[in-house]
Amino acid sequence: MAQAAAVAKPPAPPRRRRASATPRRLPYLLIAPAALLMLGFIAYPVISVFYYSLQNFNPTKPWRNGFAGFDNFVQIFTKDTQFWDTLTFSAKWVIVEVGLQLLFGLALALIVNQTFVGRAVGRALVFSPWAVSGVLTSAIWVLLYNSQTGVTRYLADMGLGSYGTSWLSDTSTVFPAAIVADLWRGVPFFAILILADLQSVSKDLYEAAEVDGASRVKQFWHITLPHLKDAIVLSTLLRGVWEFNNVDLLYTLTGGGPAGETTTLPLYIANTSVDAHNFGYASALTTVAFVILLFCSIVYLRLSKFGGEEK
Amino acid sequence: MITEIAPAPERVAVEPARPRKNRRAWDEAPRWQIYVPLSIYLLFTLIPFYWILLFALRPAGSTSLVPWPMTLDHFEKVWNERAFGVYFQNSVLVGVATLVMTTLVALAGGYALARFDFRIKKAFMLALLCTQFVPGALLLVPLFEIFANLRMINSLASVIIAETVFQLPLSMILISGFIRNVPYSLEEAAWVDGCNRFTAFRIVVLPLLRPGLIAVGSFAFVHAWNHFLFALMFLSDQSKQTIPVGLNTLMSADSVDLGALAAGGIIAAVPVVLVFAFIQKWLITGFSAGAVKG
Repeated sequence: MAQAAAVAKPPAPPRRRRASATPRRLPYLLIAPAALLMLGFIAYPVISVFYYSLQNFNPTKPWRNGFAGFDNFVQIFTKDTQFWDTLTFSAKWVIVEVGLQLLFGLALALIVNQTFVGRAVGRALVFSPWAVSGVLTSAIWVLLYNSQTGVTRYLADMGLGSYGTSWLSDTSTVFPAAIVADLWRGVPFFAILILADLQSVSKDLYEAAEVDGASRVKQFWHITLPHLKDAIVLSTLLRGVWEFNNVDLLYTLTGGGPAGETTTLPLYIANTSVDAHNFGYASALTTVAFVILLFCSIVYLRLSKFGGEEK
Repeated sequence: MITEIAPAPERVAVEPARPRKNRRAWDEAPRWQIYVPLSIYLLFTLIPFYWILLFALRPAGSTSLVPWPMTLDHFEKVWNERAFGVYFQNSVLVGVATLVMTTLVALAGGYALARFDFRIKKAFMLALLCTQFVPGALLLVPLFEIFANLRMINSLASVIIAETVFQLPLSMILISGFIRNVPYSLEEAAWVDGCNRFTAFRIVVLPLLRPGLIAVGSFAFVHAWNHFLFALMFLSDQSKQTIPVGLNTLMSADSVDLGALAAGGIIAAVPVVLVFAFIQKWLITGFSAGAVKG
């Protein structure tokens, strides 16, 4: 049918006219698949989270299900100490991770942006953990940290520390241990983005600065950094949101332990909904997490005056 | 101040003799300032990789720091006994399907965003940005319900759809940026030559989008290959699970079989490393072409 219709159409001239005029419906047709997928699998779930946040909803206790008003929220803010603990830990995790990742990522990008022998190989190697998944990162660091044959054993062989130490099960070492594991994977992300942006810095600027006798440090502060600013703001924001939301690494590396020491808010939410089946309460927690993220993002963009100066 | 200005004339004086390349400021960093920090960072990057290779290749119980005598027992065990062969197939399927779906849908949407002005465009762009703040992890419960209603639980389709959906917004933003970088006049010239919009796009624009599409497509593949949570939640049948879920199972066992875990990890890493090695040069150009400049 379709073929027959196509053949029946008059040839070139009308078609050409149609192509050059902007067809009304075409853009809508083109975004339709994406829009439908996002409506069905993002918008609808978000709305249902808001809806359930006002409900008591627990499939294992159906007799209590029903409208709850703001009960869930009242409980979160007044009685739930775990909410505050996990929120504090999330904030600490995001700030330390993103801060260190940016610092090392920027340094790394500046280094591999230089011209030196072995640059291509160097780049490929230092960027390689970027492609490693959260779960695989966990697997690797479980091997490094395990108490019998991990790094600590070989350190103990050399007289540093004691045998049988497990950094992941000690509340005083678990935070730095997890931070280092996630840095290993996170630094290349920043390095790649910053390197991409570095390559668009106009070389004339450096030459001009050179002629004016500006030192390399000065060139960095006055040319490189201002140029990178928007990219840095945007990537730290995206990474911050990502670090806040991501559960792969901590779920598999520490499981939120020991003794809840490394439970982030999303991990707490996952436990509430998946293990305790308390969907209504988990939805209320999710709503709160959304609002916090949105608020922090807006404040961050405002404070950094994103895109404000040049445009 | 004076000391800083002083050297400049000197440099200018030497300048004409040198090739142009040596004059550039970023070439003047002393070599040790590059190699020392880079080597330290390389150690930090590579030791974990060496560690996992070591555990995968040395016999169980060995504490040697070199993988010798070498054995492939762990690989055989994890591939057959721990069903990584099956997981591998599933992961490939999920990765490739997500790549294809994401690229096609994002290409269509990205083209509309780049080339047309239409009424809901601004709202749609805003919605795309907002999705970046919507964590898939927090939507697990409603997503589970949706897939249960669609009878897709325990089917790879659920994971493919979920991965595609969360990969779409960013891919679409990136691709529309790439398309905007291709001058519209090229397409218009093709129309004048008698191409319709689709043919003009295919012949003129698509080849120029290659680096960008490779970057976006590999992102989608790597992301789907690596991602863990959706597969963990939506696929309960062991024969349907993916590699990250298999790794998690190995890790959460009471006594972790470190050799098997290491071998499983390497199996998980190989395709990603291959993809990564292949796209390296596209990645940077792809990014600088559209992504960061926005």
